[in-house]
Amino acid sequence: MDFPILSSLILLPLLGSIFIFFSKSKSNTYLTIKYLALFVSFANFILSLYLWYLFDPSTSEFQFLEEQSWIKGFINYKVGIDGISILFIILTTFITPLCVVSVNSTIKYRLKDFLVAILIMESLMIGVFCSLDLVIFYLFFEGGLIPMFLIIGIWGGDRRVYSAFKFFLYTLLGSVLMLVAIISIYWITGTTDVMYLYNLGIDQKYQYLLWLAFFSSFAVKTPMWPVHTWLPDAHVEAPTAGSVLLAAILLKMAGYGFIRFSIGLFPIASEYFIPLIYILSLIAIIYTSLVALMQEDMKKLIAYSSVAHMGFVTLGIFTFTQQGLEGSIFQMISHGLVSAALFLSVGVIYERMHTRLIANYGGLVSVMPKYAIVLMVFTLGAVGLPGTTGFIGEFLILIGAFKKSFLVAVIASIGVILSAAYMLWLYKRVIFGEIKKNEIKKIADLNKSEIFILSSLVLPIIFFGFYPEPLLNTTEISIENLIEMYNKNLNSILIEK
Amino acid sequence: MINLNFIYSEIFICLAIMILLITGVFKKNSSHLIYNLSILSLFACLALILNFPIDANVELFNNSYKIDYLSSFMKILLILSGIFVLLSSSKYIQIVKINKIEYPILVLSSITGMMVMISSNDLILFYIGLELQSLALYVLASFNRENILSSESGLKYFVLSALSSGLLLYGCSLIYGFSGSTNFNLIAENINMDSYGLTFGIIFIITGLAFKISAVPFHMWAPDVYEGSPTSVTIFFAILPKIAAITVFIRILYVPFLNIIDQWQIIIVFLSIASMLFGSIAAIGQKNLKRLIAYSSISHMGYALAGLSVGTNQGIQSSITYISIYLFMNLAFFSCVFMLRRDDKYFENIEDLSGLSKNHPLLSFSFLIVLFSLAGIPPLVGFFAKFYIFTAVIEQSMYTLAIIGLLSTVVAAFYYLRIIKIIYFDPEKEKYESNHNIGLKISLAFSTLFILFYFIYPSPLIEIIEKINII
Repeated sequence: MDFPILSSLILLPLLGSIFIFFSKSKSNTYLTIKYLALFVSFANFILSLYLWYLFDPSTSEFQFLEEQSWIKGFINYKVGIDGISILFIILTTFITPLCVVSVNSTIKYRLKDFLVAILIMESLMIGVFCSLDLVIFYLFFEGGLIPMFLIIGIWGGDRRVYSAFKFFLYTLLGSVLMLVAIISIYWITGTTDVMYLYNLGIDQKYQYLLWLAFFSSFAVKTPMWPVHTWLPDAHVEAPTAGSVLLAAILLKMAGYGFIRFSIGLFPIASEYFIPLIYILSLIAIIYTSLVALMQEDMKKLIAYSSVAHMGFVTLGIFTFTQQGLEGSIFQMISHGLVSAALFLSVGVIYERMHTRLIANYGGLVSVMPKYAIVLMVFTLGAVGLPGTTGFIGEFLILIGAFKKSFLVAVIASIGVILSAAYMLWLYKRVIFGEIKKNEIKKIADLNKSEIFILSSLVLPIIFFGFYPEPLLNTTEISIENLIEMYNKNLNSILIEK
Repeated sequence: MINLNFIYSEIFICLAIMILLITGVFKKNSSHLIYNLSILSLFACLALILNFPIDANVELFNNSYKIDYLSSFMKILLILSGIFVLLSSSKYIQIVKINKIEYPILVLSSITGMMVMISSNDLILFYIGLELQSLALYVLASFNRENILSSESGLKYFVLSALSSGLLLYGCSLIYGFSGSTNFNLIAENINMDSYGLTFGIIFIITGLAFKISAVPFHMWAPDVYEGSPTSVTIFFAILPKIAAITVFIRILYVPFLNIIDQWQIIIVFLSIASMLFGSIAAIGQKNLKRLIAYSSISHMGYALAGLSVGTNQGIQSSITYISIYLFMNLAFFSCVFMLRRDDKYFENIEDLSGLSKNHPLLSFSFLIVLFSLAGIPPLVGFFAKFYIFTAVIEQSMYTLAIIGLLSTVVAAFYYLRIIKIIYFDPEKEKYESNHNIGLKISLAFSTLFILFYFIYPSPLIEIIEKINII
């Protein structure tokens, strides 16, 4: 038997968190704990890179399969990855060490508990991306609520209680219907194993309701308009590392879920509900971009821009074209990097000025030149300038959309312009202009750990912006296979008619 | 010749009660000794049950007393929880000064009554068992004589329980009249589908049993009795009578009346939905932890009933799984509540938990685990309890029940989250003592670890319960 690399990826942070939970640390600096957490998360990152190295992109089969009887005769613990999931795992393991480093300046109290929560989050998120059984997936998907609730509630801002409750109840409400659907699938087909279900297919008459049940969960998590309102609240109140995890990875769980489950299991219903997705996505792109233009709080602005960007992702997924799907995955990875970077950047100046209101800033370029440079890269990444990852994702999605419907693509293109407007305007108001306040004159530029965090985000954003091949190659075959399967399913229905 | 081997445990516990009573009367200041001896005799009783083949299937005393896998399993569950309840509350009864010799003896007699209920295969025997456990419970509820709330709760429980027993007895007599027998097997043979009298009889019996597990609309007593009784009795109320009553529910509904499932299924579904919704919504405004857990137990019984309403073995098994898991969650919750002590005073308001996590990280972590588990959030054990129930419910395509049930978990999540918010997000207020007796620590550690790590290997519990086949 091979080395169970996926289970190790899931278990390593969990073990680390147990160690940290029981370790006694008297001093206020928590130095050992921090290094332990950093070591664990970094080791996990190395392990995931090794996984990528071993990964064979020339096949669409699931790889690194592990199967273990869990509830006897009912559910098996089954994990495995294909070209779609591996990138999300690497994104997760890449973002987590950055979060751990960022706690240096952002978390002032109960650091130990915070690191435990972050590491448990990492375990659960990796679990989501590699589970190949619906019940196991649900377990990881929902389990993430507990640490995230605590992260927002304990270390959050002034309205943290309201936001934490809103986040928890919204997501739980969305997911319970998915649980009903999962159990129904078990009784309809006799298994919850995704690989079997792909081959077996689900009877057409059940697909519509099941699709809607899954949709209710993913739509809340994505988040799609009109159930996106928890996101700005959660983002604004969460501590920096919490916002980063939320934006970079938690939102991607829904996009991943759409690709893996909605399309994979219910192709006919997915085709049927395309208009619904397009309309909601377009509203998300246009409406939330306009809302983002009006925001006075930086974090809220980025949160609304996340909703708009995720609108692109759902649009791309449901074009069912090679370009659209690849673009969606690329856009999710890109958004994971860019939004994480933007939240970290906001965190940097928030720690110095203790305000997130845009109006309180201005003229930072003369006192924080290094900060101005990195923020420029991230802003352009969010806008989707060629040469950053954002461009490739949006470009591919728009190509896919043009293939499907001209009108949809034109409306979505307006969103690109709007995103340039709100991001550049934000940059202008914060970085340029005159220094209005005396406190800003005294503000210090980036320190070493901040430079480390932000530059390690600048590199992939630019690198993959110029050279997207490695990412696209990894996903290509799996997506081809997915679309082939999808079309086969649709054709078989047409023939029956 | 009746084979008495199979009821050694019942005989033993009766003898133990008498010997302990005599010891208590003749030996001065022996309450502590008797308390420990009762725990020991429960252990011995457990050993006696385990001593015999658990999959035996015999009917004794003219088929009125049934020993089968279901009864043995439920008795083990019952006695285990009895042991944990006594272990966790020994310090409490000393501090509240209710450590009289009668206390453990009443607990034992109530457990005896429940054992008879669990094994009964006859309406009369079932009623005798029920009354034995209830009589002991009336006294236990009002055991703290100096406290006016405790007396009130005892009286309230007595009056309402007598009423429900009356209804139950009326139902029994109706069934006897229309079927000609009190034995479950004979009733099943002679049952006549069309007689309204029989339906009324079933309704009355269900009413009486619903009262015992405090299902809506027969729940009125629960919040007051839970709040008024000493906490050591509340934990007893919250766990043991429910194990017994659910077993009787299974026996009565699925042995004599299985053929007329269409007559009672809708009633159970209604009780289930009403309990789930009412319990979840009414708990939101509560300020007292015991009162809150009363409402929460109402909604939890709703889920157990949902499993019973299905009418399949799967449903029964899921219901039993639910009860077994519910037992550990309640045990953990009350063990946490027992730890809120300072200067010989116990705290039981939700506000007293404010900022607990600053000074008591482990205790608050246990609270966190228990509350998320009660809310049914994966990967904690509470999720699996609900998962099995809804698996059984959806198998029979009862989607309305499943969706209402799952939506009410979202409502319920709100009030559990509120407690977590008070523990973790609010400023610190009280500091409690941290020296607790070993029994309390054991029961808290055991139940919390069970809740936390059940997900790693869930098979054994399922495999044990899967052997229960009633239909």
